[in-house]
Amino acid sequence: MLIKLDRIQRIFQVGSEQVHALQDINLTIEKGEYLSLMGPSGSGKSTLLNLLGLLDRPTSGSYLFDVRDTTTLDDSEQAHIRNSRIGFVFQFFHLIQRLTAFENVELPLMLRGVPASKRRQQVHAALDGMGLTNRFDHRPDQLSGGQRQRVAIARATVTAPDLILADEPTGNLDRKSGNEMIEILEQLNSEGMTLIVVTHDAAIGKRAKRQLKMVDGRIVEDIRTQATT
Amino acid sequence: MKTRDIIRYSFISIERARSRTALMLLAVAIAVTSVILLIGLGEAARRYVTREFASLGTNLVFVLPGKSETTGGAMSASFGGTTRPITIADAQALTRHPSVSRVAPMVIGAASVNRAGLERESVVQGTTAEMLPLREWQMYKGSFLPTGNWQHASPVCVIGRKIESELFGPESSVGQFLRIGESRFRVIGVLDHAPSTFGMTVDESIIVPVASAMRLFNTDSIFRIMIESNHPDSIPAISTFVTNTLKARHHGEDDATVITQDAVHETFNTIFNALTLTVAGIAAISLAVAGVLIMNVMLVSVSQRTGEVGLLKALGASPAQIVWLFLTESAMLSLFGALIGVGVGLTACWLVSTYYPILDMFPPVWAVGAGVLVAFITGLVFGILPARQAAALDPIASLAKH
Ligand SMILES: Nc1ncnc2c1ncn2[C@@H]1O[C@H](COP(=O)(O)OP(=O)(O)O)[C@@H](O)[C@H]1O
Ligand SMILES: [Mg+2]
Repeated sequence: MLIKLDRIQRIFQVGSEQVHALQDINLTIEKGEYLSLMGPSGSGKSTLLNLLGLLDRPTSGSYLFDVRDTTTLDDSEQAHIRNSRIGFVFQFFHLIQRLTAFENVELPLMLRGVPASKRRQQVHAALDGMGLTNRFDHRPDQLSGGQRQRVAIARATVTAPDLILADEPTGNLDRKSGNEMIEILEQLNSEGMTLIVVTHDAAIGKRAKRQLKMVDGRIVEDIRTQATT
Repeated sequence: MKTRDIIRYSFISIERARSRTALMLLAVAIAVTSVILLIGLGEAARRYVTREFASLGTNLVFVLPGKSETTGGAMSASFGGTTRPITIADAQALTRHPSVSRVAPMVIGAASVNRAGLERESVVQGTTAEMLPLREWQMYKGSFLPTGNWQHASPVCVIGRKIESELFGPESSVGQFLRIGESRFRVIGVLDHAPSTFGMTVDESIIVPVASAMRLFNTDSIFRIMIESNHPDSIPAISTFVTNTLKARHHGEDDATVITQDAVHETFNTIFNALTLTVAGIAAISLAVAGVLIMNVMLVSVSQRTGEVGLLKALGASPAQIVWLFLTESAMLSLFGALIGVGVGLTACWLVSTYYPILDMFPPVWAVGAGVLVAFITGLVFGILPARQAAALDPIASLAKH
């Protein structure tokens, strides 16, 4: 068991109104699972993903990550878990423009304090794995959308995390690059990383072995299927 | 995160944001340059005065007629009117102390000097034979004033080399006569060149016996007495002796001012310290202005890099790491700016000193070090607010801002 959410609530205070972004979420995720998270806009998918990624804290309820109660951890302890165990893939890539592909991928290792020589090998391996062997010194603006997303995945996976969280990773890509992206993520999942993908695309959502559907801050469907890749 | 990596990361963002970097470097560099120039100037003035004092000779005590009210106003006595005259006999009485090696009374005035139809204005100093060794002057030719009775107003004079060449041309002056005011004087010697002190040029001076000068200027008082001690440690004893002796001779009235060289020097030092402090204060203001600029530029930078901060947090940067990254950036900018400022400041000092040797404008090492240190600390202090602001950003909101 990697993740256990118990009666999670996330309430945003907007002026005098309360927005219940997440309501009574109970969810258990095992190591190595592949989940898709679908649902209408505003249903709370991103909020749930941010919470799982320790970028946000629940208003109430408990969140166990690898049997540790995350709600008792302080900011830097949570930062440490994000750094070593969780990889994010964003819709807008979020690459730092002034850094090269190599330097962008290097960032999480640098934050962890890995020495430069060791970093070098790991970053090489991650970029090679994404088919970016000749793009080390390119800045993001010198790369195509698909290449940028692959740099972002290399950055998310260079630390060999247990959990990969992807919030609409194909949302900014054409169909071909989007499919390529999903295949890369599925490949990582088959190597043992737990994968959670938020998507609007039903075709992509159906590829996951476990499909969650959210409406109004609640999980309304939790379907397990046999993989159809 | 390794320190090296923090520095490298900051360096990359400094290097790749050229115009922002240039602006901040300029502000700090100007501030540090002005610190170095201003302190250099103050030091040059201090050294100038110190040099002048050193050329006066050491171990000296000065006596001036009249009493100044406070020690701080010692200088004013020389400009104020004479209250009670100091006579030649008074000066002679001051030789009677075992630690006094020489006493030279002085009377100074300006007079017109002429010879064979040539005429000029000149400073005329009345003094005694003791003045020559006391000021460490050298004779060019002939001899200095005769030793002997100070009261004797003999019509002889010693002249500077410029006076000689102007009044005598190629002729030898020794043994010849010239006229000072209405009186005839015989030239008995010519003084060699010597460094001028406080604007008094030996080359343009005429020296006569003290009694002759008093008659010439129709004064009953000596202008000042210079007393040389045989040891610096005896100066306080001599001061007391002088005060007491003059008091006894002036019917118990303490009406002369005794100045030691140390005291005058100290007064100047106090003035220059105040000057340096003022100047350092002005420089500090320019550093503070640079600091505020750093802060504002960094605040803008933080708001422009909100997405980056959100990303760093998502990648597992702790709040402390974010603070360090931004602090390092502003500290590095201020340090580089300071180093540029030191380079420019020292170059400017060097140029000034080369073209105006009298202003040897080199700031002391401590000033350069303090300038750099203060600039660095300014960068750190003014970098704190932007850095903390960056660390406090909400990662989700920051990532959403695109
Ligand atoms: N920071 C926030 N402040 C206020 N309301 C928020 C905030 N973040 C999300 N919400 C609200 O929570 C709900 C869920 O949002 P979100 O998780 O982004 O939906 P989704 O990703 O499924 O489109 C929405 O109604 C949204 O307006
Ligand atoms: Mg969303």
